[in-house]
Amino acid sequence: MNYYGVKAIYLFELARTWRTLLQSIASPVLTTALYFVVFGSAIGGHMGDIEGVSYGAFIVPGLIMLMVLTESTSNASFGIYMPKFSGTIYEILSAPISAFEIVLGYVGAAATKSLIIGLIILVTARLFVDFSIAHPLWMLGFLFLTALAFSLLGFIIGICADGFERLQIVPAMVVMPLAFLGGTFYSITMLPPLWQKLVLFNPVVYLVSGFRWSFYGTADVPVTISLAMISVFLVICLAIVCWIFKTGYRVRS
Amino acid sequence: MQPVIAVEGLTKVYASGFEALRGVDLSIHKGEIFALLGPNGAGKTTLISIICGIVNPGDGRVLANGWDVVKDYRRARASIGLVPQELSVNMFETVWAAVKFSRGLFGKPANDAYLEKLLRDLSLYDKKDTKIMALSGGMKRRVLIAKALAHEPEILFLDEPTAGVDVELRRDMWTMIRALREQGVTIILTTHYIEEAEEMADRIGVIHQGEIILVDGKQNLMNQLGRKQLSVQLTAPLDALPERLTRYQLSLSDDGYQLVYHYDTQNQAAIAPLLRDLEALSLDYSDLHTNQSSLEDIFVSLVEERRA
Repeated sequence: MNYYGVKAIYLFELARTWRTLLQSIASPVLTTALYFVVFGSAIGGHMGDIEGVSYGAFIVPGLIMLMVLTESTSNASFGIYMPKFSGTIYEILSAPISAFEIVLGYVGAAATKSLIIGLIILVTARLFVDFSIAHPLWMLGFLFLTALAFSLLGFIIGICADGFERLQIVPAMVVMPLAFLGGTFYSITMLPPLWQKLVLFNPVVYLVSGFRWSFYGTADVPVTISLAMISVFLVICLAIVCWIFKTGYRVRS
Repeated sequence: MQPVIAVEGLTKVYASGFEALRGVDLSIHKGEIFALLGPNGAGKTTLISIICGIVNPGDGRVLANGWDVVKDYRRARASIGLVPQELSVNMFETVWAAVKFSRGLFGKPANDAYLEKLLRDLSLYDKKDTKIMALSGGMKRRVLIAKALAHEPEILFLDEPTAGVDVELRRDMWTMIRALREQGVTIILTTHYIEEAEEMADRIGVIHQGEIILVDGKQNLMNQLGRKQLSVQLTAPLDALPERLTRYQLSLSDDGYQLVYHYDTQNQAAIAPLLRDLEALSLDYSDLHTNQSSLEDIFVSLVEERRA
């Protein structure tokens, strides 16, 4: 195991975050603050409680998930796409480091960063609305697994992308809609019956539901199923990453 | 002695169908400077990319320090440093962060004293906190060299090290390469500048269309294939070549003032008979000079020989 190599990639990627502090951390935090002002305070004030939780508090877990999903995907994809684009990937490929260690460094750093963003948003949210966390450890667990799974997804996107535009397609056209339709701002029980069935194909529903359960103890789907679905998603992403390195797809010619 | 790099029957066909290497065999000795010489597209970069792990090999195998570069890639790659042809370096990093990263990536614990010395040797130390994008092209290339040497490799690959580099930096680089050899580092450089191979290398391999067509010591190569040319400047012009001189390979210039004689460097007694014949014919000459064919000529004739 090349620990120094993993550490070098991990620290390099985190250093990129500090270098670009403003867009890395300040911008997602600002975006979330806007959501709270608009949905939580302005609109939320006119809405009744959902499952015994005030609307402002209800959207906190969903919003954190939304940010963690999009940040993980875009960070990890950018992190591996940049060396490909600039050619500096030659050094990674020529280093005595395994595919697993490369992924560990890049995905670990992206997941760490989105975890930090998630926690900052959590603290920011507390300034706007009052909420409590019923199962803090589960909360962290869900946050971690989600950050990891979507950082892996981002890594795959970054490897496959052959242009900056491609880098944006999946986050903007897939992740964002799934996140919005995944119960971020509402409980899926509020949907018409047919839609309640359809949304079960949306993996984000399970993430948000499980995450919300860790806050308020109520969930749209059983928490064990949420956990199982995140794990399945994680395993699928891992399998794709393994395949990429095994075949050298878009990495080694 | 075990070669430091052993390439056996290596082939490579790219997905596009392009056959970049066709059964390359090559041994690099420990501590030598080896120049891989060939025109663009000959397979130089593919060959070193496979040795360094950037490109997957086709058939055949490659050993670095005795380790298979695919099966024992960790041990093989740990001893290799690569300076790529392109100026591929993260522009937003500082020089210091870049070399520190490279050292860690290759699995070595931090050693600031070594990195400081490395940067000083490359005249980069006063720029260590500068972002790489603020450096000149030549300086960026030095950074790439520093990155390649950050993990103290025993084998250094330089892919076209002096392409697009100014004369001063080229001289500096040659000095540096010699200094590295003194320290026992084996150096393999690719180039299509023949002067570079001629000036630097102990041995030269010529690669053409994916095949190594020749590997030899530089001196041997020059001796064996080198042809010399003797120019004789006559004091009075000749209308035609005298009968007596026709047995030599001579050519007469249009104005009749210059005789050019081609001969093989192997042939020890090539000049004396000609000069004696000139004497006997009472042909006076004001000047004589010889010049040896350069590697460039040798290379051109090698490639032409294969085409024929």
